[in-house]
Amino acid sequence: MSDLIRLKNVEKKYKNGTTAIYDLNLAIEKGSFVFIIGGSGSGKSTLIKMLYREEKPTKGQVIVGGLDVAKLKNSKVYKLRRKLGIVFQDYRLLPKQTVYENVAFALECIGEKKEMIRINVLKALEDVGLKNKVHSYPDQLSGGEQQRVAIARAIVNNPKLLLCDEPTGNLDPEMSMEIMKVLEDINKRRGTTIVMATHDKEIVNKMKKQVVTLKQGHLVKFKQKGKYEDEAI
Amino acid sequence: MKLFRMLGRSIRDAVKSVVRNFSLSLASISCITITLIIVAVAIIASYNVQNFTKEIERDMTIVAFVDNDADEEDVKEIESDIKSISNVSKYTYQTKTEVKEKMQAESDVFNTVLKNWSDEESPLKDTFQIKVKDVEKLKQTAMRIQSIDKIAVVRYGSGMVDKMIAAFNQVEKITYGIVIALIVVTVFLIVNTIKLTISARRREISIMRLVGASNFTIKTPFIIEGMILGLFGSIVPVLITMYGYTAFYNHFDGYLYSQLIQLIKPEPFIYQVSLAVIVIGIIVGMIGSASAVRKYLKV
Repeated sequence: MSDLIRLKNVEKKYKNGTTAIYDLNLAIEKGSFVFIIGGSGSGKSTLIKMLYREEKPTKGQVIVGGLDVAKLKNSKVYKLRRKLGIVFQDYRLLPKQTVYENVAFALECIGEKKEMIRINVLKALEDVGLKNKVHSYPDQLSGGEQQRVAIARAIVNNPKLLLCDEPTGNLDPEMSMEIMKVLEDINKRRGTTIVMATHDKEIVNKMKKQVVTLKQGHLVKFKQKGKYEDEAI
Repeated sequence: MKLFRMLGRSIRDAVKSVVRNFSLSLASISCITITLIIVAVAIIASYNVQNFTKEIERDMTIVAFVDNDADEEDVKEIESDIKSISNVSKYTYQTKTEVKEKMQAESDVFNTVLKNWSDEESPLKDTFQIKVKDVEKLKQTAMRIQSIDKIAVVRYGSGMVDKMIAAFNQVEKITYGIVIALIVVTVFLIVNTIKLTISARRREISIMRLVGASNFTIKTPFIIEGMILGLFGSIVPVLITMYGYTAFYNHFDGYLYSQLIQLIKPEPFIYQVSLAVIVIGIIVGMIGSASAVRKYLKV
């Protein structure tokens, strides 16, 4: 039972009739680093969304950290969200708050004590290498730095799982690699499981991590130390 | 501990939001103010009406006039008859001489007129003044007394008072109607105010949800905001109640038009009304924001 995520016969059909995921079975171990790759419409975003219960599976079972996501009531979703961190392509920072406040926000929302917030926020910012930008505002930072703030916010409550939906989508290759270094570091040092959806070929090939390949809603391959293969696109 | 921390944060956010959307907050506050002023006036009026109708009812007396040719024996018989009626709580007997003296004492005009009348000439009659237990049955009791032998006329001051009470009841109902309509409008306005705050903070809310804030945490600041609007809206109505009613009371010396309509003393009445107004304000604000949150937050 060292699987952090387990999907059994999962199917996702949207209300407009399109099916995003067909009969998906998947198990992801604790502490692993997994890429989910595939072209647009392959269902990788849907898969990520089901993991943090933005979407519910139409059929099957999604278990994340021991919680049955499909059976989770709307009012109890926060229990799942506190176990994981999420990073998006568009950073989703609060523009009128400083870097520190943005990261602290995640802990304030769950009622953490002030001293604890301070300690954890500074530690998270150190882990992403932004300790010297604590008092800056998001618009004073580069895209890569903003994404690192978002990562700091996602890991500040020490989650078991970090979900990344195209985190490098808005960044140039150099900054993308910077982000990947940060993520790899978090994976190694904190032991956080990372699931990252991406279509960036270069990153996947360089990192040599586990790769889940989706194609039009079907699982094509699940490889250790996988590469981005053209057939997936 | 944790709850207090969260509450502190909610209050801070709520105050910030009121200040940030000042113009709309002001619109809501003014609407609440107008509603609450009318509510306060309605409460004061209806309590006063209730108060003096009760006073009047308590004073309601049946006066039974005894025939001029009745002798002492007859009077005794009448007395025992009256005593046997179950609804009678108290009665007094006055001979015409006593009535005369009383009237003479009351006014100079009566005094000069009545002085010239001897006992035989006097149009006054011996009377029984009867108080009843249940005012509702006043009419029946009066009829019973009327049917007693040697009773000439029975009078009870019902007609005018009944009409007055009915009219006041009507006014009260209309006031309630207006108050309810105003509260609905106010709630609607608050819903809109809170809706705007919610949409201004949509991004923040979506992030809150992502980082695992509970629904309670997300909703509380908005509900507190509504309560703050309600509280601010009750300031002017409370001042009007406190100073306005006291001034009104003093101006009329505690009576309206006649000694019959007695006003309620300002203390502690104004404090009770003020408290009611504040509570209504806060509740209206809360209902408005709660329904806005439910409609537009769907968390």
